[in-house]
Amino acid sequence: MKTNDVILQTTAKVVFFIIFLFSIHIFFAGHYAPGGGFVGGLLTTGAIVLLLLAFDLRTIQQILPFNFTIMTAIGLLLALGTAAGSIFFNVPFFTHAFSDFDLPLFGHTSLHTAMLFDSGVYLVVVGSAITIIQSIGGDD
Amino acid sequence: MIAGMLTISVILFALTILVAVIRIILGPSLPDRVVALDVIGVNLIATIAVVSVILNTKAFLEAILILGILSFIGTIAFSKFIERGKIVERKRDR
Repeated sequence: MKTNDVILQTTAKVVFFIIFLFSIHIFFAGHYAPGGGFVGGLLTTGAIVLLLLAFDLRTIQQILPFNFTIMTAIGLLLALGTAAGSIFFNVPFFTHAFSDFDLPLFGHTSLHTAMLFDSGVYLVVVGSAITIIQSIGGDD
Repeated sequence: MIAGMLTISVILFALTILVAVIRIILGPSLPDRVVALDVIGVNLIATIAVVSVILNTKAFLEAILILGILSFIGTIAFSKFIERGKIVERKRDR
């Protein structure tokens, strides 16, 4: 029987971008407000899972042509590299540095190296969760 | 007055969640359990909103959004499981 799910597919195409933008917002809101890399990664995973529910695995592999295992590896390298970079400055492991800058568009902002660690956590969470879902949901 | 009403409403939301948990345990069919899970999600959102009014803070509003998104995706996944029998398809026949 030919299934008809126009409403689900049309809704998923719009809601995917809403969830993805909210995940980016909650990723950059971290460190001073609730948020951070883990929750942002989980929300991005939720958006991709919504696309997987509305479409199928092969379509998602075409429109998001990433190897998610390599994405996990890049995230681990980024997180460990940020954590290990502090020992070259003669400070304890995992020490993070921050300073205040006057950026042209954002105004007075404080930039932290913890954000690099957080982006590593984000990549690890998205890559491992999507790998698990692809390998579990793929078998018939 | 307002504080007492808010406390009573939190207690009533907790009772509603308890009733929904009983329906999840006893529920004869799968759609009963799915609807009860959705009821738990909506009542958790309402409880967090009332608690953030009681504590006079804005820190929990993003948790409300995240719960709404996760409950939405969960309801879609359960309804697709009930209708099709599988959740993530490898190749959709069209």
